[in-house]
Amino acid sequence: MENIVKNEKRRDFLKASGTVAGGLALGFYLPSGPRVAQAAEAGSSPNAWVRITPDNTVTVLVARSEMGQDVYTSMTMLVAEELEVDINKVKVEIAPPAEVYINSLLGGQVTGGSTSVRDGWEKLRKAGASARMMLVAAAADDWGVAAARCKAVDGVVTGPGNQRATYGSLAAKAAQMEVPKDVPLKPANEFKIIGNVRQKRLDTAAKVRGTAQFGIDTRIPGMAYAAVVLAPTFGGKVASYSDARAKSFPGVKDVVQFSQGVAVVADSYWTAKKALSTLNVRWDGGPNANIDQASIWENMEAASHEAGAVFREHGDIDTGMANAASIVSAEYRLPFLSHSPMEPMNCTADVRADKAVIITGTQFQQLVPHVVAGATGLKPEQVEVHTTFLGGGFGRRLEMDFPIAAAEISKAAGMPVKMVYSREDDMTHDSYRPAGIYKMNAGLDDKGNLSAVRFHSTGPSISARMFPSVVKDGIDPFSVEGIDNFPYTADGGLRFTYQMHDTGVTVGYWRAVSHNQNAVALESFIDELANAAGKDPIQYRMDMLDMGSTKHQWSGLAAGVAVGPRIRRALAQVRAKSGWGKKMPAGRGQGVAVMEGYNSVIAIVAEVTVSDSYDVQIDKVTTVVDAGTLVHPDQALAQIQSSLNFGQAACMLGEITIQNGGVEQDNFDTYRVTRINEAPKTLNIHFIKSNSVPGGLGEPATAVIQPAIANAIFAASGKRVRTLPYTPENIGAA
Amino acid sequence: MKVAFQVNGKRTSADVAPDTPLLWVLRDTLGLTGTKFGCGKALCGACTVHLNGMAIRSCQTPVGSVAGQKVTTIEGLGGNHRVQRAWMALDVPQCGYCQPGQMMSASALLAMNSNPSDQDIDAFMSGNICRCGTYPRIRAAIKAAARMS
Ligand code: FES
Ligand code: FES
Repeated sequence: MENIVKNEKRRDFLKASGTVAGGLALGFYLPSGPRVAQAAEAGSSPNAWVRITPDNTVTVLVARSEMGQDVYTSMTMLVAEELEVDINKVKVEIAPPAEVYINSLLGGQVTGGSTSVRDGWEKLRKAGASARMMLVAAAADDWGVAAARCKAVDGVVTGPGNQRATYGSLAAKAAQMEVPKDVPLKPANEFKIIGNVRQKRLDTAAKVRGTAQFGIDTRIPGMAYAAVVLAPTFGGKVASYSDARAKSFPGVKDVVQFSQGVAVVADSYWTAKKALSTLNVRWDGGPNANIDQASIWENMEAASHEAGAVFREHGDIDTGMANAASIVSAEYRLPFLSHSPMEPMNCTADVRADKAVIITGTQFQQLVPHVVAGATGLKPEQVEVHTTFLGGGFGRRLEMDFPIAAAEISKAAGMPVKMVYSREDDMTHDSYRPAGIYKMNAGLDDKGNLSAVRFHSTGPSISARMFPSVVKDGIDPFSVEGIDNFPYTADGGLRFTYQMHDTGVTVGYWRAVSHNQNAVALESFIDELANAAGKDPIQYRMDMLDMGSTKHQWSGLAAGVAVGPRIRRALAQVRAKSGWGKKMPAGRGQGVAVMEGYNSVIAIVAEVTVSDSYDVQIDKVTTVVDAGTLVHPDQALAQIQSSLNFGQAACMLGEITIQNGGVEQDNFDTYRVTRINEAPKTLNIHFIKSNSVPGGLGEPATAVIQPAIANAIFAASGKRVRTLPYTPENIGAA
Repeated sequence: MKVAFQVNGKRTSADVAPDTPLLWVLRDTLGLTGTKFGCGKALCGACTVHLNGMAIRSCQTPVGSVAGQKVTTIEGLGGNHRVQRAWMALDVPQCGYCQPGQMMSASALLAMNSNPSDQDIDAFMSGNICRCGTYPRIRAAIKAAARMS
């Protein structure tokens, strides 16, 4: 494993350069795990993000996990812009866990929260600029001239009198030069790489040829394959099993019990998998053995009558409601969802007496050494972690179940193993997007304008399980997104509360997290209000906008920035681009939704056809995105295409249900996801030109497409569906 | 038991139980990891390869049933196949995991139908799931590939 950080002085500089005020510190700064200051394999490293070898190979270290969202290219673009190199000749490596790579917006080396480019925006350009300045300083020193008289272009430093030196020839000396304190950055009008609409992804060739290495493709010497049987209930434990028959299978090397179940270790995955069926495992179902979906809803409904914790309030809500000319109330219910990335969870582990190597696709490499240490008795610094390409993440690969399982199995079997979940293991042992109940009441004045609003959500907290330190006074900040930044005015009173309620089901961060719940409920409800007021849904939103509204405290880079004007602009554009209000035949309708999240504003108009039997076809989706500066415009587009698809799958098809303490759906026949024939017939995506700092792009549209579709279904059919997903059954029952 | 067949133009044989799915023989025995495991039940298309030029799901194909026949995987598509060129030109892959299966399906479709309509694409490609939502680009890349020679 490469490294990088040469001395404390440099590390401090880089840490300081990465500090962003207003970042959400999750409070899990870990004791520094693996020692990061080992010498680089080869080549010189002016800093943690750049390595240069004498043959002029420039390697950029990307410290976020590539799971489709393009960090491999977009983060490299940020470094290359200031480093002055041809980006298409740059080699990219995924960085090992190290303190220097901590995501300032999340407080750990984590890929999530649509933060990679936002966090890297200054940090990575400074890393590139700093490295370039050190290369120039080295050349200037060699030539005995002032650095100001030298110039760096395309991997070469030139000086007065035709002097010329390649980065490769300067690298060793550059690494010894003083790290510059003042690192000026190019103004936007000098960008050559950032914003280039023709820039290709740097990982496409490998992904098209089938040579890209995902975790599941790992092969290391002496490796055996492990297949597993996992507890069928949440919190279940192995009571007994018999390994005699499995061990008699040719090719089976061992059968081992581990914390989550039993594994067969064999010379091929298929042999291991076949032998599993002979184990006859008996389970102790544990405390959740009897939960089922009906009782989960019943208990959640009961909990929803609790007062909850207040996360935003002004005025006196009771007075506000009492003064209203009319009151609109609604309750929305959203189900559990599975992440189900296409690559099932897997991990290769080689656990020895004094060292472990873990190779896996993880969104949270910093935590891996710590959990593997816990599972094996080794120290975190004895655990080496390699991050592969991720075959999708969506939040699922923030979890530690698969590295822990592989490490335990390797240790017990005494050999390196590649452990692979079957699709069934993966889908029934996910960490699910929480189910929830959303109750809203609005007081309208005599003109139908919003005068008072009450929002009360009830559901499980993800952070209470994963990062309890961020939960304060009954509020999980990742349960109130998409509503704590409520952008409308309600001068007569506003009261928003959250009631945490555990169901026994393991819940996890799922693309766009609670935006997917709160904004889905809220933006559907706003449509109900517009309808009650007899007003156009876009105009109603514009009229209700709080033009002075500031972002909530969690928003990192842009905290305190007014979002009202951005939302208004996005709504105006989506109205113009979508052909809003045009005449439509019976059974067709348009719906709108808008949201600010991850410092981006997304407005969507969906157009649907609803049949007499309530089958829904998505005819057209028009999306307007205000995400500030676009670093890699074509892949910004890809991320919107991607999140629209993910949100569509969630709201049209997604539903995980619980029976006998476990998950009922176990493959893509019972848990359907969008297929190509169901994708919108027309997808128009427009970006608002902006020079502001980049907003997050990987997630927010996931949440906005859902209420846009719900509102279009209402326009097309008159059915207000408040229970997701929008299946013919749920629409028919509405 | 030894099963002999052709992979990417080369004769090969695997000493495995004949009920072993072709997928795992390709990946684990032959080290051709470009073909992916997604569902194991012919529901996702990640494992799509060609058998005598036709797209099949290798997770549901016992290796014993391909004895003596010709298998082509993503590694055997050559890297310069028009589908691969179109996929590169449009930067289709995101995570990339489903893409070998997508391209094997798309190349089989184009071999049968040189100018597929949207309906043809829907019908042929709906067995291949992409969780990253690259569908608009897959559709455009198939049409672009159809125009290439
Ligand atoms: S793995 Fe064969 S179709 Fe899914
Ligand atoms: S590109 Fe990720 S699943 Fe298709």
